[in-house]
Amino acid sequence: MTKPVEKLDQVIIRFAGDSGDGMQLTGSRFTSETAAFGNDLSTLPDFPAEIRAPAGSLPGVSGFQIQFSDHDILTPGDAPDVLVAMNPAALRTNVGDLPKGGTLIVNRDAFTERNLQKAGFEGNPLEDGSLAEYHLHEVPLTNLTLEALKSIDITKREAERSKNMFALGLMSWLYNRPTEGTLSYIERKFATRPLIAEANTIAFKAGYAYGETTEDFAVSYEVGPAKLPPGTYRNVTGNQALAMGLIAASTQSGLPLFLGAYPITPASGILEDLARRKNFGVRTFQAEDEIAAVGAALGASFGGALAVSTSSGPGVVLKSETIGLAVALELPLLILDIQRAGPSTGMPTKPEQSDLLMVLYGRNAESPVPVVAASTPGGCFDAAIEAARIALKYRTPVFLLSDAYLANGSEPWLLPDVSSLPDISVLFATEPNVDGEFWPYIRDESTLARQWAIPGTPGLEHRIGGLEKQDGTGNVSYDPDNHDHMVRLRARKVAGIAADIPELDVDDPDGARLLVLGWGGTYGPIAAAVRRVRQGGGRVAHAQLIHLNPFPRNTGDVLRRYDRVLVPEMNLGQLLKLVRAEFLVDAVGYNRVRGLPFRSDELANAIEAML
Amino acid sequence: MTHGNGNGRPLQLTAKDFKSDQEVRWCPGCGDYAILSALQSFMPELGIPRERLVFISGIGCAARFPYYMETYGMHSIHGRAPAIATGLSVSRPDLSVWVVTGDGDALSIGGNHLIHALRRNVNIKILLFNNQIYGLTKGQYSPTSELGKVTKSTPMGSLDYPFNPISLALGAEATFAARSIDTDKRHLTEVLRKASAHRGAAFVEIYQNCNVYNDGAFDAVREQRENRIVLEHGRRIRFGADGERGVIQRADGSCELVDVADVGEEALVVHDENQEHPSLAFALSRLAHTPHGPTPIGVFRNVDRPVYDELMQEQLASAAQLSGEGDLEALLHDGDTWRVDGH
Repeated sequence: MTKPVEKLDQVIIRFAGDSGDGMQLTGSRFTSETAAFGNDLSTLPDFPAEIRAPAGSLPGVSGFQIQFSDHDILTPGDAPDVLVAMNPAALRTNVGDLPKGGTLIVNRDAFTERNLQKAGFEGNPLEDGSLAEYHLHEVPLTNLTLEALKSIDITKREAERSKNMFALGLMSWLYNRPTEGTLSYIERKFATRPLIAEANTIAFKAGYAYGETTEDFAVSYEVGPAKLPPGTYRNVTGNQALAMGLIAASTQSGLPLFLGAYPITPASGILEDLARRKNFGVRTFQAEDEIAAVGAALGASFGGALAVSTSSGPGVVLKSETIGLAVALELPLLILDIQRAGPSTGMPTKPEQSDLLMVLYGRNAESPVPVVAASTPGGCFDAAIEAARIALKYRTPVFLLSDAYLANGSEPWLLPDVSSLPDISVLFATEPNVDGEFWPYIRDESTLARQWAIPGTPGLEHRIGGLEKQDGTGNVSYDPDNHDHMVRLRARKVAGIAADIPELDVDDPDGARLLVLGWGGTYGPIAAAVRRVRQGGGRVAHAQLIHLNPFPRNTGDVLRRYDRVLVPEMNLGQLLKLVRAEFLVDAVGYNRVRGLPFRSDELANAIEAML
Repeated sequence: MTHGNGNGRPLQLTAKDFKSDQEVRWCPGCGDYAILSALQSFMPELGIPRERLVFISGIGCAARFPYYMETYGMHSIHGRAPAIATGLSVSRPDLSVWVVTGDGDALSIGGNHLIHALRRNVNIKILLFNNQIYGLTKGQYSPTSELGKVTKSTPMGSLDYPFNPISLALGAEATFAARSIDTDKRHLTEVLRKASAHRGAAFVEIYQNCNVYNDGAFDAVREQRENRIVLEHGRRIRFGADGERGVIQRADGSCELVDVADVGEEALVVHDENQEHPSLAFALSRLAHTPHGPTPIGVFRNVDRPVYDELMQEQLASAAQLSGEGDLEALLHDGDTWRVDGH
C-alpha cells in the first residue's frame, strides 16, 4: 500500500507536551533524522525551568520547534505549520501560534475531563468545533502505544511513557525521515534495560506503521535535501559549540584548559560537556559558588592555564569583583555569560540580551573589558577561539556573550578545517627584563600587553595584586600621576584591540538607505527578516556586531553612511544607547523582552515601517 | 639545607633569600613581623626553590604578606584567596601554594571558600593570622571577637557569638588543623614544619597580637605560659607551670581540665593527632572557645585523606588512557555527521 508523497520546500513543526512527556527527546531525535537526511534546519527548544511542574498543568508545558528545508534557512521559524499537542495544556498554550489551516495532531487519549480542567478548558475543544479551522488529526496515541506493547513485560506506566516514540514514529513517516539513527539511538540509550529498549523500538515502529495504514493521513510529505556549501556537517547547539571552541582554543594556544563553574541555567551544559573531555587535559572545577568559580579560574590563569568561567547573568554579577582584579592583574581570563531573561532570577530558560551594559560597565571604577558576542549556534565555536585569542594576546579578561536561544537552539554546522584554525600561542617570559630583574608590568609597545611570567620560572619571582601599581615595576603605588597613567593605559590597551579585529561587514546588495544593526544572537531572525523585506522589493542593509568592545574600527563610518539605523535588541535599547553615545547617530530601537527570540515577520514589519 | 632544584644546581637558601625588596609596612610592634620572620627562617628548610613557592592572600593587614616574600605571590581580593589558590594548586601540582589570611578574611567574607577548600583537601597551606579584630579598617569587631566586645562598630558591645577557628576547620573536614602563637618562634616553626609536610589542606591558626586595635587579646596564652596546653602527639596532655594540670576525656567524649594530683597521671588523655575520628581533636578545641584561659596549641589533627589535586590528576591520566590523548579533529566529528558534496 503506497500513499502519495507531496513535495514541500520547508516545514515548521512544533512538538508540545507535558514536561514529563519527553518532548525535548522527541524533538532532538526528529532533528537528528532531519540532519541525516540533509535538510538545512534550525531548532528552538522552549521549556519551563521547573523540572516537573504539576503534570498536565499549563506551566508544565515543554515545546520543541524545528524548521527544516531544501534551502538554507536562518531561524526555527515564526509560526508552526504543524503542531503536535500531547495534552490539553499543550494545545491551549500553543494553538494560538498555529495559523488557520495548519495541521494539528493531538493525543486524543489525554483529553480527559481532569486534564481539560487543568488546562482551563470549559468543554472539550475536540468536540465543540473550536478547532474547525485546522486540519485536525485525533490520534489515540496512548492506547495505540499500550496496545502495541501489551506483549512486553513492563508496567503500564512504563509502556505509556513510550508514547512519545509512537508520535516520533508517526511524524517520521509523515515527513519521510530516515529511521536508522533513532533505532540505533534507542539501542544505545537503553543498553542496560533491554525491555525498555524493545518497548521504545516497538512504539516507534508502530507509530510509523500507523501513518502508513490509517486513513486519517492520506498523504506524506517530502522536503528535499538542502544545497549547502560542501563539507562535513553535524548538528550543534550553541553550548556544544562553545565547549568545543574552548577545547580548540586550548589546543591552538598550547595551554591547558581550566574551567571554574557553578551550575546555572542555561550555562551548565558547557561544564557538563567539558567534564567529559578530560582526555584533552581539561580540568573542570565545580566550585562552591560563582565567586570561587571565577577565583579558581584566575588562580589557574596566574599559573599559565587558559582559564575560563561559565555562567549566566545572576552568576556573572557575583564575579564582578574578581573580573576587576583580573583587569588590574592584567591576566587572561574568559567569562562566558549565557544570557537569560531577568532581572534577578527572571526566567532562567528564556533568552534575553540584557547583560550587555552589565559586562561593559558592571564593575567598580574604570575597568575596561573586551566583549565578544556569538551570533549563531555554530558561530559559538569561532567566538570562543576569538575571545581566547584576545584574552591571551592582550592579557585581559574577556567577556563572551551568548544567550539561552543560541545555547539550546541547534543548526547544521559546517565543520571547520582544524589546520586552518588560528595559532593563538603565547610566549611566557623566561628571562629578567630590566637590569637582571623581572618587572611584571613591562609591556609590548604595540599591544600594550604586559609580560607574563608564570610560577616555576626561576629568577622571575614577582608579586602582583589588586592595589594600584607603578607601571613597569608593578610595585604598589599611590602616586596620582601614575594612577592617571594606569587608568588611561588600561583603557587604551582595550581600545587598541580595534586594530586587531575584522571590520564590520555590511550585507547591502541594493544600496539601501536603511541599516539594521544587530548584535549577537539576533543574527538569524534579523537576516531572515531582511531577506523577507528584500523579496518584497524593499532595500535594506544588515550588519551584525560580533565585537562589542571595542567596536570594529569602521563602525562609525558604516553607521553614518545610512539615513536611518534600526537597532533591534532583546532588551530596552542597550546597544542603541552605546551607538548613540559613541557615534552621535540618531538610531532607533526595536525592543522586545518576551523571553522569546524575535520572529522574522515582526522584524520585517518593523523594517518596512522605516523604509 | 641542600636540595636539587631540577636544573642541576644545589639549592642553598637562607632566610635572607626570602626577603623581597619591599619595605615592610605593618604598624611597629605588630605580631605580623614575628610571623614573617619565622616563615622566612623556616622556608629554606623546605628545600623548595623560590620559583615554586606561591603566597596568595586576600585583603587585610595579613594580606600584605606576599609582597614581602621573594617568591611568586598574589595579593588578591577580600576572602577569595582559598578559591584562587585552589585553581592554581589544582592546575599546577608542581607548586607549593600557601594562603595567608586573617580572621575577617577567612572566617567572615571568605568563610565559604575556606570550608570548601578544607573539605576538598586541596593541597594548600592556609595560615590564618587571628587577631580578633579588623585592623586595616581601623578597629571593628571580627567573627572571632568575643561576645560583648566594645569596638567602634559595637559601642554597646558585640552581639555576635564568635567562631572557634579550630572547631570550624574540624567541622569542615580539615585533615590538618593546628594552632600556634606569633611570638613563639620555636613552636610556630614546628607547626609549620608539620603543616608543610602534610599532604592536602593544612589549616594553621596563629594568634597574632594587634597592638593598635586589640592589644593584649592573647595575653592569657601569649604571656601566661602556664595557660598553654601544648599538644604533643603520643604524650599525655599536661600543662601548668610544673605540669601539675592535665586534660581528661569524659564518658560523653568531652574534655575537661583537671589537677593531675586529683585524677592520677594514668587518667590523662594521650594526644593522638592521627586519630581518624575527629572527636578527640574537636573536644580539645572546645577546651577554650576564646583564648582567655588555658588554651590548647599545637597540632589538633593530622590525618591522611586523598588529595583533591592528585585525584584530579589521576582522572586526567585515566581519561587519556581510556579515550586516548585528545584529538580535536576527532572531537569535532564525534556524533552524527553527514557530507554535503559539491554541486
